[in-house]
Amino acid sequence: MNARAASVTLPKLAPASAPRSLPLAALVLLLLSLPLVNAVAPTNSAVHVPDYLVTLGGKFLCYATVAVALDLIWGFCGILSLGHGVFFALGGYALGMYLMLSIGEQGVYRSHLPDFMVFLDWKELPWFWRGFGNFFFAAAAAMVVPGVLAFLFGFLAFRSRIRGVYFSIITQALTYALMLLFFRNETGFGGNNGLTDFKHIYGYPLHEASTRLGLYAASAALLVGTYFLCRAIVRSKAGRVLRAVRDDEARARFCGYDPTRYKLFVWTLSAVLCGLAGALYVPQVGIINPSEMQPSNSIEMAIWVAVGGRGTLSGAALGAFLVNGAKSWFTGAVPDLWLFVLGALFIAVTLFLPQGVMGLWPKLERSLRRLRRRP
Amino acid sequence: MQSPQKHGAVSSAVNSMISSARSPKGWLWHVWMAVVVLMTATPARAVDDHAPSGAALEQLISELVAARHRQALPLVESLRAGTLRIDAKGRPFVQREAELVPLLDPPATTPEPPIETPIMTNQLRRVVQPAIASLSLSAEDLDTRRRAAEELAKRPSAELEDTLRAALERETDDEVRSALRLALAQLDVRSPDTARRLAAAQALRDAADPRLRSDIEALLGSEDDPEVRAVAQAALTRTDRKVMVYGALGHLFYGISLGSVLIIAALGLAITFGVMRVINMAHGEMLMLGAYSTFVVQNWFRDHLPQWIDASLIVAIPVAFAITCAVGILLERTVIRFLYGRPLETLLATWGIALILIQAVRLVFGAQNVTVANPSWLSGGVELLPSVVLTHSRLAVIVFSVLVVTFVWAVLQKTHLGLMVRAVTQNREMAASIGIATRRVDMWTFGVGSGVAGLGGVALSQIGNVGPELGQTYIVDSFMVVVLGGVGKLAGTVLGAAGLGLLNKFLEPAAGAVLGKIAILAFIILFIQKRPQGLFALKGRAAEVV
Repeated sequence: MNARAASVTLPKLAPASAPRSLPLAALVLLLLSLPLVNAVAPTNSAVHVPDYLVTLGGKFLCYATVAVALDLIWGFCGILSLGHGVFFALGGYALGMYLMLSIGEQGVYRSHLPDFMVFLDWKELPWFWRGFGNFFFAAAAAMVVPGVLAFLFGFLAFRSRIRGVYFSIITQALTYALMLLFFRNETGFGGNNGLTDFKHIYGYPLHEASTRLGLYAASAALLVGTYFLCRAIVRSKAGRVLRAVRDDEARARFCGYDPTRYKLFVWTLSAVLCGLAGALYVPQVGIINPSEMQPSNSIEMAIWVAVGGRGTLSGAALGAFLVNGAKSWFTGAVPDLWLFVLGALFIAVTLFLPQGVMGLWPKLERSLRRLRRRP
Repeated sequence: MQSPQKHGAVSSAVNSMISSARSPKGWLWHVWMAVVVLMTATPARAVDDHAPSGAALEQLISELVAARHRQALPLVESLRAGTLRIDAKGRPFVQREAELVPLLDPPATTPEPPIETPIMTNQLRRVVQPAIASLSLSAEDLDTRRRAAEELAKRPSAELEDTLRAALERETDDEVRSALRLALAQLDVRSPDTARRLAAAQALRDAADPRLRSDIEALLGSEDDPEVRAVAQAALTRTDRKVMVYGALGHLFYGISLGSVLIIAALGLAITFGVMRVINMAHGEMLMLGAYSTFVVQNWFRDHLPQWIDASLIVAIPVAFAITCAVGILLERTVIRFLYGRPLETLLATWGIALILIQAVRLVFGAQNVTVANPSWLSGGVELLPSVVLTHSRLAVIVFSVLVVTFVWAVLQKTHLGLMVRAVTQNREMAASIGIATRRVDMWTFGVGSGVAGLGGVALSQIGNVGPELGQTYIVDSFMVVVLGGVGKLAGTVLGAAGLGLLNKFLEPAAGAVLGKIAILAFIILFIQKRPQGLFALKGRAAEVV
């Protein structure tokens, strides 16, 4: 078994090695310290982070989790998904349904039903909303629903050996079709407007700074957990098989491995992680609507990974922060330019930075060494 | 209608005038008689000349109509338009700008003040409406009669019952007769007379007009007579069947026209994918650029050659092809050729290009949709049912797509470039080794593929909105066509697109547009379980390269 595994082409990109994970470690420490500082420091002190930045940071942490999950399948298994937004949004909807029901009778219409159902003149909760009043049920659904969808979709796609760009564009069609479905009022998820006006999560009011800090901490924990889980996978023997499948699927198959199983496993896991990220994202931004499932959103997720560096995990998270940071700044300062920047980023990264920002590290090190050698 | 007996003198005068109306006695005679008529017909006005008496005017109209006087229609119409004036002597004039033109008297007659403007009262309207109807229904001209009858069949009012019956009595043309019967039928469904209801039901059955379905239902709802019921039931069945058949025809037409747009959109995509194994996410934006080229050409014509505006669409075809072809070649030279062999990265890079193109167009032309007008030779359409219209522009798109497919087929099969394109599609290495400049083939393939998308944009501008995000709406569907049809074979793309278009339009009424889309996605996923390489795969090793 070992001998056979060794005969597989070795990966072109090494797994995250010790020096490469250093920047991530620093980043994680910095991010984790942020909520802690806020919990201790007085509101007007210099180290106190403004509340809106806490929310923004929490949002970015969720994006970074998506990026790591996406890197697991793209960077290590060669599956480029252009539909991960759908898993993110499904997780978001699952928790959004809980948040919607936990509003109780404090809505505009003072009904036990969510406002949009009253508006549509529905008399009772649809069957698929049952159980979502329970936080743990909703949290489980945020993992199970994307997981099951990904498993079914992946099973059919991988079984018939749909690969490469074919697979990418079919995932795009998946998110597009589900977006159209969720846009409809009849589907029962609030149609165009989605789910919003949330008040509490698990009894804590959402507008409170402390609740937001808690959500932030949860997002940070999810990112760290996702990172270590994915790192463990790519460093395991299964991770080597994944890379073998990425580099030459036919060869891996001929070596006696079943690429379908490995692909299906990471694909489903990636979807589950995205679902969780979506579930933490929704209470922080306060809304979930079908536009999250737009194909363009999912493609943007791919560029986070590409900017950071594929096959590095930590780079993917970094990429999510860089791209979204730039997006926040540009859409605020020069909104007309943002699409140009994003478009140029897509082109520049693929043309000049195939290894992303993380690929710059070794180059930087080499030139530093050369500088040092020269007296 | 008033009975003429009450106004014996007037009637006899009018009658004598009528008998002469179409006789060659000359207009002076008419005028004289008209003056006589008016003088004798309006004794009340001589006594009370403050306001034009509604009753007098009503009577005047009735008499003229009953006499089928040739000035009756202008008079009634000027009353409706508010340009009718009555002078102190009760003579009607029509206001034409500053001038008062006499309606019945010699042209030189000058009105005597005070001049009054009669108002259209409900009382008058009750006379005027049947007046116009009966005037048009008794016109010499067959077309006028048909138009009037068809207009009345849409919405007959109860006041017109007698007029309609009289018109039906003397009508000889079958088409006009059936329209009149239909108009009467709508009034007769509530008639207490069983024979009339039966006739109504028969007329409704023969017409099987979906607009009148509610009348049939009303008849069925209250009918006791078994014979009438049976006919009405048949009418309902026939109407429903007609709705179904015509509806299906409409769906077929819409499906084919959607499919033909998809064909044009997917053709270029399939060619570039076949040759370069590259998914061009900016392909939809080439459609968009083609549509905007049409817009620009149209505006240029409007400013410089307004008399040739109808030709702008024809000129737009080569212009759009040239522009998008040039943009495609530029993209291939500057971006895509550096990504050869990395299809996933190409996908992302072309998406970046798409974003830049969208934003550039948005900044130049604005985020709003722009208006591309149909040329006069493409406006209008054939109405099957009020809800099913086969527009000329959609017909033209179908014809155009046939032409484009023929063009692409000719390029692929009959030209040297086509030969090389096919060789590279089948086996790039082998083609290169026998001396084909594969990189140059790539460039031209990309150019032609983008140009074909530009042609698709011209077609789209005629049937849909033109906005910066036009390409995004079609790109997912075109990808599905490529997946379904496979690459490297024109037939695959054509059948894939036509199939998707038809499936889409037939699923829409059954399951709604959205569920239709989802069903199609599910269908495609299941389909490629059976045939992973699409409908028409190239045989042999070529199919394994993806």
